[in-house]
Order: sequence, then C-alpha cells, then structure tokens
Amino acid sequence: MTALLRIDNLHKNFGGLRAVSDLSLAVGQGEIVGLIGPNGAGKSTVFNLINGVFAPDGGRVEFRGIDITGRAPYEVARAGMARTHQIVQPLAELTVLDNCTVGACFGRENLPLARARAVAAEVAVFVGLDDRLGMPAAQLTIAGKKRLELARALAARPLLLLLDEVLAGLNPTEIERMVKVIRGIRDQGISILIIEHLMQAIMGLSDRIVVLNSGQKLAEGTPSEIANNAAVIEAYLGDPALAAALHGGGG
Amino acid sequence: MLGTIASIIDGVLIGSVYGLAAMGLTLIWGVMGVVNLTHGAAIVAGMFALYLLTSALSVPAYAALPVILIGGFLVGVGLYWIAVHRLIGRPPLMILLSTFAVNLVVIGLGTAVWGTGLFNIPVTLPGVTWHRYTFPGTHILAAALTAVIAGAMYVFLYHTRLGKAVRAVANNREAAELAGIPTTRVLSLSFGLGVALAGAAGMLISTMFPFTVLAGDAYQLKSFVVTALGGLGNPAGALVGGVALGLVEGFAAQYMPVSWTLVIEFVLFVFVLILFPRGIFAFRRT
Amino acid sequence: MKDTTPSATAGVRHQPLYRRPFFWIIALVTAAFAGAPLIGNNVELREGLLLAAVYIILASNLNIMLGYAGYINFGSIVFFGLGGYICVYLVGSLNWPLAAAELVAGLVVSLLAFLFGLGILRLRGAFFALATIGINEGVQAFVANFEPWGGSAGLYLPTTIFAPFGGPMQALWIVYFLVVAVMGASLYLSYAVKASKFGLGLIAIGQNEDAAIVLGVPAPLYKAFAYSLSAFLPALAGGLYFFKSAFIQPPDAFDLGLSTEAMVIVMLGGRGTVTGAAVGAYLYEELRGYLLTSETFSNFQLVVAGVLLLLIVLFVPGGLMGWIYGRWPRMKTVLE
Repeated sequence: MTALLRIDNLHKNFGGLRAVSDLSLAVGQGEIVGLIGPNGAGKSTVFNLINGVFAPDGGRVEFRGIDITGRAPYEVARAGMARTHQIVQPLAELTVLDNCTVGACFGRENLPLARARAVAAEVAVFVGLDDRLGMPAAQLTIAGKKRLELARALAARPLLLLLDEVLAGLNPTEIERMVKVIRGIRDQGISILIIEHLMQAIMGLSDRIVVLNSGQKLAEGTPSEIANNAAVIEAYLGDPALAAALHGGGG
Repeated sequence: MLGTIASIIDGVLIGSVYGLAAMGLTLIWGVMGVVNLTHGAAIVAGMFALYLLTSALSVPAYAALPVILIGGFLVGVGLYWIAVHRLIGRPPLMILLSTFAVNLVVIGLGTAVWGTGLFNIPVTLPGVTWHRYTFPGTHILAAALTAVIAGAMYVFLYHTRLGKAVRAVANNREAAELAGIPTTRVLSLSFGLGVALAGAAGMLISTMFPFTVLAGDAYQLKSFVVTALGGLGNPAGALVGGVALGLVEGFAAQYMPVSWTLVIEFVLFVFVLILFPRGIFAFRRT
Repeated sequence: MKDTTPSATAGVRHQPLYRRPFFWIIALVTAAFAGAPLIGNNVELREGLLLAAVYIILASNLNIMLGYAGYINFGSIVFFGLGGYICVYLVGSLNWPLAAAELVAGLVVSLLAFLFGLGILRLRGAFFALATIGINEGVQAFVANFEPWGGSAGLYLPTTIFAPFGGPMQALWIVYFLVVAVMGASLYLSYAVKASKFGLGLIAIGQNEDAAIVLGVPAPLYKAFAYSLSAFLPALAGGLYFFKSAFIQPPDAFDLGLSTEAMVIVMLGGRGTVTGAAVGAYLYEELRGYLLTSETFSNFQLVVAGVLLLLIVLFVPGGLMGWIYGRWPRMKTVLE
C-alpha cells in the first residue's frame, strides 16, 4: 500500500534545541494514526513541519506521492491536507458559515464562492453547528470553536486531516460526540493523523500509534502493543495518570 | 585618512544617542509587542522640554536631564493608559492606529504653537581637539550620558526585581501573569520607560543640533532603522545599531547633500527589513 | 462586543450583484454627484463635490488594504501623485490625448505597485506601514530631483490642453464627470471585491493571516494583487485632478496628510464596509468644516483628524457603519 503521507528522517532545530530528530512515519489511505507523547515531545512541531509552517532542516515529506517538503501551507492545503490547531484560530469577526466557506474556497477543490458556501453549510450540519451559521465565531463556546476548527478543515474536502488536540477542554459528553464525528470522517474516506492527550480516546480511535519522546520516535505499533511497551510506559512514568490510562485504555 | 577616522568617531558619538532613542522603541516592542508610533513625538517633546526649561526657566541644560526622564516616564505611563491599555487584546492594527493618532495630535499641536521653524539650544562646552579636528563637547557629553543611562537600564533590567519582572513579561506574558506578576503595571511601566528614553534622547540631540517640530518623524525613522538593524526587543542591539547608523550617516554626509539622508535611511530600512526580517544582530524573539 | 466589523457575506445570498439593492444605491449616489451641480450650473458645488469625490476614491481603495486585509497603507497617496505626474507629463510634454495618458498612468502605477507590493508585503504590521511611507517619500524625493518632470518646481500645463474638450469651461465639467465616474467605479470595485472569493480571502487574512494561510489562502499573491488593485483608480483620479489643475508639484502630489485623512475617513465610516468610505467622507468634511470655521492651518486639520482617529479606535472601532450594523443587523442585507 503506497502511503498517503510519508515522512522520512525529519529533522528540526530551534536555536540549539533539537525539536525533532530523525522522524519517519507513514499514514496509509483510510487509516487513523495517533501521535502521542509527553508534553514537549514535539508533536505540534511535527504537524508544523508537515503542513509547511516551518521548513525542516532535514528529511522529506511526501504527500500523495509528491514531495511537499518545505512548501508553503497554502500549497499544502491545496494539495489536499487540512489541519486543526491546538489553540483554536477562529476568524473571529466572520460568521460560522463564512469561516467554513473560507475552508471550502481555498482547500483541495478550490471552489467558487457560491458552491463553497453550499459545501460549508453541509459540513456545518455534519459537525453540528448548523443552528449557529450566522453567529460570529468569537461568540461560540470553546466546544463550538473546536467544532468550527474541525468544520473549517473538513470544508476543504481534504484527503488527509491533521487533528491537533481537538478534544482538549471538552467535557465527557462533548468528547463522546467528537469521537463519533471523527469516526464518521474516516468513514467518508478521509485519513487522519491525530495528536491527543486523552489516552482512552486516542487508543480507541487509532489503527496505529506512534509515540514521540523528546523529538524522537520511541515506538510504533497497534494500540495494544503500545500499551504494553515498557519503554513507552517508562516515558510516561512522570505522569502516573497517563501511565495508568495507557495501561487501562489499550485495545 | 584622519578625516575619516574623525568622522567615524563623531559618528559613534552621535549614533549612540540614536541608539538610546531606539532603546525606548525596542523596549516597548519587546515587552508588549506594540510598535509605538508616538515615538517621534516623544523625541520632539524632549527637545522642546529642554528648550522651555533653558529659555523660560533658565535651567542649565544638562541639569534638565533627570527632569525630562521623570517627566517622560510619567507622560509615557499616561499615554499607555489613554491610548494603549484598552486595546491590548485587540488586533495590533488598532494600537498602531491609536499611537499614530496621538502622534498626529501632538505634532499638530506642536506645529500650531511653535510653527515649523528651526530652534536651537545654545550650549557651550569645551570640545576635545585631536590633530586638526575638534569633537564638540556636546557630542562627547551626550554619548557619555547615553552610556550612563544605558548602563542604568542594564542594571535595572538584570539586577533588580522589577527589571526581572519586566523581562519575564517580555518573555511570556501569560506565564508571568500566572506567576503572580502584576502584568498591567509592568506594561505601563515599560511604556513609561520607553517614552522616557525617547525624551532623553531628544533632549541630548537638541544639545547637538538645531531642530523643528517636524524633526520627530525623521528621528522616529532613524529609530526604526536602528531597530531593524539591531533586532526588535533587543536593547543592546539597539545601541549597536544606533552606532552603526551614526557611522553610515557620517560617511554619507561626506558624499551627498543632507536632503538625501532621509531617503537613504528609508531605502536602507526597507531593504534591511526585507533581507533580515529579524534584524542583522537579532539575538532573540521576532 | 457588538460593534464589530461586518462580515463579508451576511446571510446567504445567491443573487448576482446587480440584483441587490446596494448596487442601485451606488448608482444613485453617483448619479446624484453628477447631477447636483448641473442644477443651476453651480460651479461652487461642483468644486466641493469634486474634492469629496477624491476623498471617497482614496478612502474606498484604501479600504481594500486597510479594511479587508488589515494592512495600514500610510503612503497610499503615492498612487494618486504618481498617476498625476505620469498623466500630466504625457499630456503636457508628449502631447498625448487625455484618455491614453490616463490609461497608461493607471496601468503603470498598478504594475509598479504590484512589484513593490511583492517586496514590502512580506513585512507585517508597523513595518509594512512605515515602508509605505518610505515608498511615498522615496518617490517624492526622486520626482523632486527628476528634471524631465520639472524637479521640485513642478510641471505646468498650457491651457491648450483644454482645447480638445471645447475650452477650459467645458473641460472642467467633463473632468468632473470623469472623476465622478472613477468614484462610482471605486465604490463598485470595493463592493465587488467584498462579494468575491478574492475578497473573502483578503478578509480572512485580515482576521488571522497565519490561520488563513493554513486554510489555503495564497496570502503573498493576494496581498500584492490587492495592493496593486488599490492603486489603479487613485492613479486615474490623480491624473484627472492634476490635469484639471494644469499644474503639479511634489508636495501637492505626495501629500501624506491626504492619505492620513483618507485613513481617518475609512475608520470613521467603518473599516471593511463599502458605504463607510462615502459616509465617512461626508462626516469628515462636515466635522472639519464645523470645527475649523476660520482656521486654515493644515496643522489643526491633522489635530482634528488625530483626535477623531483616537476616539474611533478606542470607542467605536467599527466606525459609523459598524455601529449601525451592530444595532440594526438587518441593515447589512441592504447596505454593505
């Protein structure tokens, strides 16, 4: 199976700090791959390297068979990759509908305005924001803003979706809802690379897990393999709650 | 050859004062991410403050320095509360516009009161002669006072608790807030310091050269060029950048009419920014 | 905060532009400008409206950068001045007909704006703003030293240039109508951009440039194009204005005070709105006239502008239209 996304030996330094070293991973068509690791492991940096916010110092990023290493984020978006942010970035004064329309206009399908608006409305329904289409994004609740972040990415009709801590700050009901939505996204044929701290959720969602520690790949495997991996458990020892969840949430 | 060395030395002296002015600008940027477009007006205010103090109140020129520093600080704090505080969370566009607006008002009022003519502050100070060249005493004293003020800033920032708080807020405002630092007070204090430095620089410049109300824009531009050279948020870089600019000006003055200086500085500014977005001597933060 | 910059596409509208009421409102305003001075051959009114039209042109086009993309262009007057110089030179020294000179002026200025724009639009915030002043000052200094264009003394046009129009009296009327046409075009352009995908991209950039880039908006290209687009009509206006004056010199052509006033007008009327430019120009003229009854110091003019700008930014950042839309959201469906 040719991977949809392929990262080879990715490297990034900030000043003297090695943020990411020699990272290789792949996401296949229709897969959900989870990216986990203790705080500061470099997960968001990896996303930034993939979608072009930073240019890597070494290594290669290949998407749909094309080398996109260091290309600008808008080119990557046009190629069919969409991304959400850990700290949500709503276009505050624009309405929910307009936010999603931006995604639809400038994403993979590069739609004209009217078509984009229609797609945006559909996506808003899918994500559950259709009751707030005309609301300025700044007025949404945090859960609403997270959903908007997701809807905007989906409106671009991506082939690959990068989700960065999309569950952070949500209550249990909202989490359950969001997990269902994520499964629904995969059912539509979109592949997902997901960063998440909520162990149970990510273990339950992912086909495969990649563990990052201090910018390096620590382990890779199925959720149950990872849950029982001694090195991984040790890396998380600093966070007993996580370690427990790791152990209890496998499979 | 000697002439070149002389103009280098003079360039360093004058440039250091540019650096002082730029320090004010870069401090405000470094601490709160605000570009203070009232900077030029603060410089001019320092000039005219000295003028008023020496002519109306017969205060000896250099004795006015502490007055101007304190006055500038108070004005800066006031300015923060009037034009900046309310806009802190909002798009940076807004603070640019608000400080620009204040600048318009101040310069406009200044022109209304003092017109656009040249002013001069007669300061007699023995110079230092070296071969055929005399370095004006005013230049030397201005550079010396700049060094003193810069030194005091250094001590403040790196050896006092308040200074440490300022650096903490500059580094990461949210973390500083969580650590219990009164960020609003730090922000207003930093703004006050920035304006005080600009005013002091203005005062020192007025002892060296004649000036007009409109000079503010020219010196504000020089400060921007200096911060572009030295990197925003970097006070030491500002001093170095100032000296560099002084050198460039010294050289240029030997080969072309003064009216082109501003244009050259603008061109330099635009080029430096496009080629070195972080400043030539950037040590940290964008 | 109720008082926000209006959204690009309030509600879902599928109608083509000419079906929407606002299209006809612009047409009406333009017609009013054209027709009013004709009543009783009112030359004084015409001159007053000409100035107002120039302000509206400058403000509407500035709005594309300032209101939509959120970039402050302090030196926007450079388009006006350079357009004026190119036109006056072509007509006066090379004896070109006005129409051709105007077209060339507009195209050349837009092209230069695009090229310069690509360079300086990499700068954000204050640096971009100051770079635009730099461009204005640089061009002014260049022109003031450029002998073929009269240097610092400026260029005069002989009155023979009005001959093709049937004499100076006729020419002034014709030029006036042309300026009004450019004003209408500016309002339409501002409207068309806002209702387009390009405009949505600009507005996204204005909201959060980094997020917009990640969403796929090709920011560098869009910004340069917006900068270039916002140069074209002011260049035409400059050409007409200085042709009519039959005289151009650097300080008049590149007067930063004018672009500052244009900026205040955009903020006063409502940044990001189309109506804002027109309403703001009207309000600003009234306010200025009221406050400066006898004073003709240009310095006080700027003090008034400064105080106004500060108050707007602090208390009514959405300007008049922003405030209106906040209070009566239905208005958004009729006005822009």
